[in-house]
Amino acid sequence: MILIEALRSGWQAILANRLRSILTTLGIMIGVAAVIILVAFGQGASNSVTSSIQSLGSNLLTITPENPNRGGEIVNPSVQELTVDDAAALNNPFVAPDIAGAAPEKRSAVTCTIDDLSHSTQVVGTWPSYFEITNSPVASGAYFTNADELSGRRVTVIGSTVAESLFPDSDPLGKRISCNGVPFTVVGVQQEKGASFTNPDDVIVAPLSAVENSITGYGEVSLISVQATSPDTTDLAEAQAIAILDERHGTVEGTRDFEIFNQASLLETANTALGVFTALLGAVGAISLLVGGIGITNIMLVSVTERTREIGIRKAIGASRRFILLQFLLEATVLSVFGATAGLLVALLVSRVEIAGISPSVVPISVVGAYVISVAIGLFFGSYPAKRAASLRPIEALRHE
Amino acid sequence: MIPVVEMHDITKVYGEGEAEVRAVDGVSLTVEPGEFVAIMGASGSGKSTLMNIIGALDVATSGTYRIDGVDIGDLDDDALSLVRNRRIGFIFQAFNLIPRMSAAANVELPLMYRGVRRGERRRRALDALGKVGLADRSHHQPNELSGGQQQRVAVARALAMEPSLMLADEPTGNLDSRSTADVLDLLDEIHNEGKTIVIITHEDEVAARAGRIVTLRDGRIESDVRAGVR
Repeated sequence: MILIEALRSGWQAILANRLRSILTTLGIMIGVAAVIILVAFGQGASNSVTSSIQSLGSNLLTITPENPNRGGEIVNPSVQELTVDDAAALNNPFVAPDIAGAAPEKRSAVTCTIDDLSHSTQVVGTWPSYFEITNSPVASGAYFTNADELSGRRVTVIGSTVAESLFPDSDPLGKRISCNGVPFTVVGVQQEKGASFTNPDDVIVAPLSAVENSITGYGEVSLISVQATSPDTTDLAEAQAIAILDERHGTVEGTRDFEIFNQASLLETANTALGVFTALLGAVGAISLLVGGIGITNIMLVSVTERTREIGIRKAIGASRRFILLQFLLEATVLSVFGATAGLLVALLVSRVEIAGISPSVVPISVVGAYVISVAIGLFFGSYPAKRAASLRPIEALRHE
Repeated sequence: MIPVVEMHDITKVYGEGEAEVRAVDGVSLTVEPGEFVAIMGASGSGKSTLMNIIGALDVATSGTYRIDGVDIGDLDDDALSLVRNRRIGFIFQAFNLIPRMSAAANVELPLMYRGVRRGERRRRALDALGKVGLADRSHHQPNELSGGQQQRVAVARALAMEPSLMLADEPTGNLDSRSTADVLDLLDEIHNEGKTIVIITHEDEVAARAGRIVTLRDGRIESDVRAGVR
């Protein structure tokens, strides 16, 4: 009963000072929205990086040639290159039980044309196992086969970016494109992988034999992709790959002429970094929430001072301390609840928009947290002005002009 | 009959030592139900302090004070609020209506603090506004009313509380002569219905309406005159 009456009195006071109420609400609204949106963006960025790393295959190891270099001095002068034979040696389930497959990649920049359309991209000459190892399924058509590789047929699976560029409104399957003057028949289109550090969709994949024969020539390969049997065995697979290559190249730690890049450890590092990033964004949001809370104290203090006489009148005609306290507390709480609700709605709305390629992902705990904290802030910061109002002595308050 | 106001040797002291001021110095005063008493005195005579004590807005330094037989000497802040709410209807010089609230809402306010239900208090508020001749102004806010009308709303607020004591502090101090007459006529009417009224004033014309005039000087009662039957 007293609660409803106090709420009604508080509500009348809020309506009586509409502009001031709106501005106070705005402070809390911005705070709540900032917390939710910033955390959602942090989470969205984290999700997007995680998924783009995972789309490359979280059990993928990449071996690249590396000249060990100590302060400009070449440690091993007889550096060997990575070869197709190195890749073949890695495909040995007896020596390397945790390696599911390895494929050499020979990469080269090419310009592909069809009719009067032209597109500069990168050709990857590799084995058919490449598609499984690097987690690159086709969206339409088929992979090329071992038979294609053995006979050096000029067939290719093109990335989605290449497909859009060269075949804006026709089906690429079965068409012949000319890459650096060499004709290739399109047999498949890769599924889109999405944004990463480099665009993994701007590529054409062809049998290694055909690429070596017609474009790059024979010799060292650009890199070897290795797939571990599962994400949990990447470390074992890495050790086995190092052992095999060390033996073949006659190297030990410190003189190695190759480098292994582990996606799983990259993912871990990225997640740690993004966690810090999200926490930072959350902290920025929390500060704005705090500022909003101080805004409530400020406004309520002004309100108490401005309404001293009114409080005096109310007490003279019989309002108890409890009622005045309750009214001012409820006023502050109503303002912060309104602000929090508005902030929540704004945050949910903004979170639907994709900004800079990141689609924000609202974290439920941040929503609940921001809401509860802002209401608590309303109560906490509103209690001091409310206490001051309640303890005003009626004769002094009535004398106040 | 239990007196509405029963003061015995009331003293109010401000300050200490050298700076000590005895604003009210040993006042004993009894007001019986149905009386219309005017308290007069020059400024500084202690009548405002006395009015605060009578209205339970302030507590005396020493002496005993009973309203309707209830000793309010050692009541706390909230209990005093309750006494004011149940027993005293204030009419202030500065009207003291709450701004941005309609006349009806202002009249309802003390009833709300008393816990009267909404419908009931709306009815009583409109009743009281009708009595003071402002039934058609119930939705107007104080700043849309003239001074005389505002004071009549304040009278309605006091009436709606059905108090034991109507306490008016210079009720006509801020009014022109026509509004003064209106408000005083209203007080007369209320008195004729049997209400107890104490009015604090320094104007003889206002005091003349009362059946009994108490004059204060330097915090003491100088004279207490009953005007006989009017």
